[in-house]
Amino acid sequence: MEQFIAVLIDGIIYSAWLFVAAIGLTLIYGVMKIVNVAHGSFYALGAYAAASITGALLAHGMPPYLSYAVLLGSALLVTVIVAPLIERGILRFMYAKDEVVILLITYALFLIFEDVIKLIWGVNPYFVAEPYGLLGSFDIGDLTYPYYNLILVGVAIVCGAGLYWMLKHTRTGKLLVAVIHDTEVSRAMGINVDRLYLITFTFGSLLAAIGGAYTAPTISVVPGLGVEVIVLSFAVVVIGGLGSLPGAALGAVIVGLVRSATVHYLPEAELFVIYLVMAMVLAFRPRGLFSIAEARKI
Amino acid sequence: MAAILDAQGLHKNFGAVTAASDINAAIERDSVVGLIGTNGAGKTTFINMITGYLKPDRGRIHYEGRDITELAPREITRLGICRSFQIPQLYASLTAFENMMAGIGVVLRNAGLGGFFSRGEPLVPGHNLPADQVAERILERFGLSEYRDRNAQVLPGGVRKLLDIALTMVAKPKILLLDEPTSGVSSEEKFTMMEMIMKAVRAEGATVLFVEHDMEVVSRFAERVLAFYDGRVIADAPPAVALEDPEVKRFVVGGELHRLDEAQAKHRA
Amino acid sequence: MKRDRTPQTLVLILAAILAVGPFAPQWTVFLLTVALAKGLVVLGLMILLRCGLVSFGQALYYCIGAYAAGMLGRLFQVSGVFTLMLAGMVAAGVAGFVFGFLLARYRSIFFGLLSLAISMILYGLLVKTEALGSSDGFNLLPSTLAGIRPADAWVRYMVLAVAAAVAFVAALLVHRYLKTPLGRLAPAIKDNEIRVEYMGASARHAIHVKYVIAAALAGLGGALAATTVGHIDPEMAYWTTSGEFIFITILAGTGNVIAPFLGALIFGIIQTVAFDISPNTWQMVLGSSLLVVILFLPNGLWSLFTRRKAS
Repeated sequence: MEQFIAVLIDGIIYSAWLFVAAIGLTLIYGVMKIVNVAHGSFYALGAYAAASITGALLAHGMPPYLSYAVLLGSALLVTVIVAPLIERGILRFMYAKDEVVILLITYALFLIFEDVIKLIWGVNPYFVAEPYGLLGSFDIGDLTYPYYNLILVGVAIVCGAGLYWMLKHTRTGKLLVAVIHDTEVSRAMGINVDRLYLITFTFGSLLAAIGGAYTAPTISVVPGLGVEVIVLSFAVVVIGGLGSLPGAALGAVIVGLVRSATVHYLPEAELFVIYLVMAMVLAFRPRGLFSIAEARKI
Repeated sequence: MAAILDAQGLHKNFGAVTAASDINAAIERDSVVGLIGTNGAGKTTFINMITGYLKPDRGRIHYEGRDITELAPREITRLGICRSFQIPQLYASLTAFENMMAGIGVVLRNAGLGGFFSRGEPLVPGHNLPADQVAERILERFGLSEYRDRNAQVLPGGVRKLLDIALTMVAKPKILLLDEPTSGVSSEEKFTMMEMIMKAVRAEGATVLFVEHDMEVVSRFAERVLAFYDGRVIADAPPAVALEDPEVKRFVVGGELHRLDEAQAKHRA
Repeated sequence: MKRDRTPQTLVLILAAILAVGPFAPQWTVFLLTVALAKGLVVLGLMILLRCGLVSFGQALYYCIGAYAAGMLGRLFQVSGVFTLMLAGMVAAGVAGFVFGFLLARYRSIFFGLLSLAISMILYGLLVKTEALGSSDGFNLLPSTLAGIRPADAWVRYMVLAVAAAVAFVAALLVHRYLKTPLGRLAPAIKDNEIRVEYMGASARHAIHVKYVIAAALAGLGGALAATTVGHIDPEMAYWTTSGEFIFITILAGTGNVIAPFLGALIFGIIQTVAFDISPNTWQMVLGSSLLVVILFLPNGLWSLFTRRKAS
């Protein structure tokens, strides 16, 4: 029974992390219809920015409890600089191209960023463990969990709820929903799709950066950080359905729980079971678990 | 004359929408049949069912005595039933000539010719000429020779339509289904276009069914008319008779006028 | 009709490699052999690209081919180069046939992502399999040819010669295949599958066939790579490996069967030079090159040799 609870809790924590990592990816796909491989780069940028800035500020005597805000601030800073540059500077000219070509372009950008990060931050690991250890931990039975994990879950809930609220109740959100459903018609109705693309790309990348920033205290930040994240995010998003926000939540929960169960009960399967679920979903419901009907073609 | 194509009791629903309701039609060999009806009446659904793109919920379709209801479109094409499309389905990045060659390639492959182990230039079955000559000849018949080396996506609308129909001739079909062959073409050009199409098509000895909204074109070229409305066939007769049928006048030909009369009557009351 | 000069060009290239090989420095021979191995994988990807399909997980078959070769050596002490390559090709081809039933139903992004998922499944399996060395992998036996183990100085040349011969035959066969009706169907499938279906052909069947051919070629390349490098590990199935193949495919374009090998060679040269200059900027070089090719040479390198009129 205790192991079951461990599986559940670990699963939820991992799901929260996956959700934050993947939600931006599905948002960008839903609105812009592009699969953004550079999403992993923003995750890494967020982690590096958070680790270096927070670490530096702490070393200069910043009160540790502020570090949680600084993590967010770092992610915000790095995204607001980089995302518009990419969207306005490169992607904007590519939207007419085939979706696979755009994916390859984002892949090229991802490769470039891997080395840009090395050039800026070097190849040595960054540690910023204070925010992680600061809050202490709590016990459930024989299991010990750091309170920091609750922050992770909290961030996921805030992001998810915030995004949901924004889409339903703000003007920008409703315009986004229109574009998600039909870009051409939206444009024809006078919606400034270009501006919305910029907003979406920045916001989606920000979510990735936030994911990276809040993960930074729990790991050593090293080059190659974004590589595994991007493939896992793909898995989550595909399972839930490309472009579906509730789908991303469902996908994150499924992947999180499955991985947690595998780690506890069948460790050999840990690495591949997620991709197995991804493959099965693609095989039986390629549009994901939340799919929309398709109109007649001829 | 024996029926070359026989549809019996076809039903098709899409959720709450009835696209076909008890459609019965026996098409005679060598005949020219016009399919008329307002948009959504079920003409294209009928064609989609015959060509295997849709499967009817109930009913059977027989071709030369054989049940083809469950076959896939490519199998039905191989048996000799070909169709053109409302929106021309072309290979956008290939030239008109290459479009034809792609189609001819399939015909060769289905006949087992020109494969990996073959040698020399095979003759296309049904035409008895090498592939490139067949392509040139059909293009010429449809007046498309001047567009031979232009990419399909830059061709003008009427030319795309003609190319779409020209592609159907490659497999030497016994039955040709033309879905709105003259749509998008100006009224003056409709007749000339239909003349050219019919001449090219009939020279191959095919049975023709065509969907058309222009009643003058229908009267001129069809020997028989099937009128559709709300998923049903409401008239099946030669054009002179069918176009005078009160139901046809109400639901197909003069539909708009009738509604206008009704609205004016209500307004006066 | 333009004269087809490809077969003659292939013969010339083969002759050049065989003639120059014995006098070239070892690192050149190695580079050439690896280029031939990767070129084989990309030759298969080219066939799929002509249909408009990009596999994000071709490393799956590359890895299957490599591990098939490795296991034959480990379990049965087989070291003959031809045998290992044949085994790699068959193992990958069979896998491609099986997975092809599923993958031939998908297009575009979904085809890519599903192929990615399957390759990552293999990666995950291999990393956790202790019997195969987990993430370290294992080494292969020194190569032999028809039972003969050549002197150390000649091993690399022998492998190169075999690789060149096999690549020559593969290129020739694929070249011929691309001229058959099924091979010619590719641009049509890419443009309008509905029309293909209505002309009497099954796009799905055609794609399944091409997928198996591509898988077999990738397995062939993987076994060759394993033999050349002398070591295999799960990284060969990782998505970044698939990414390299995709890069070379885009670089090469779909114009001719020679292009994949040319692209692989150029890739190898860039990689070697870039690593020499600065190992930490290799990915940046790769990414920038990919961008440049996509933007300015969308039809790949081969379009430099031929100019095609658009309209």
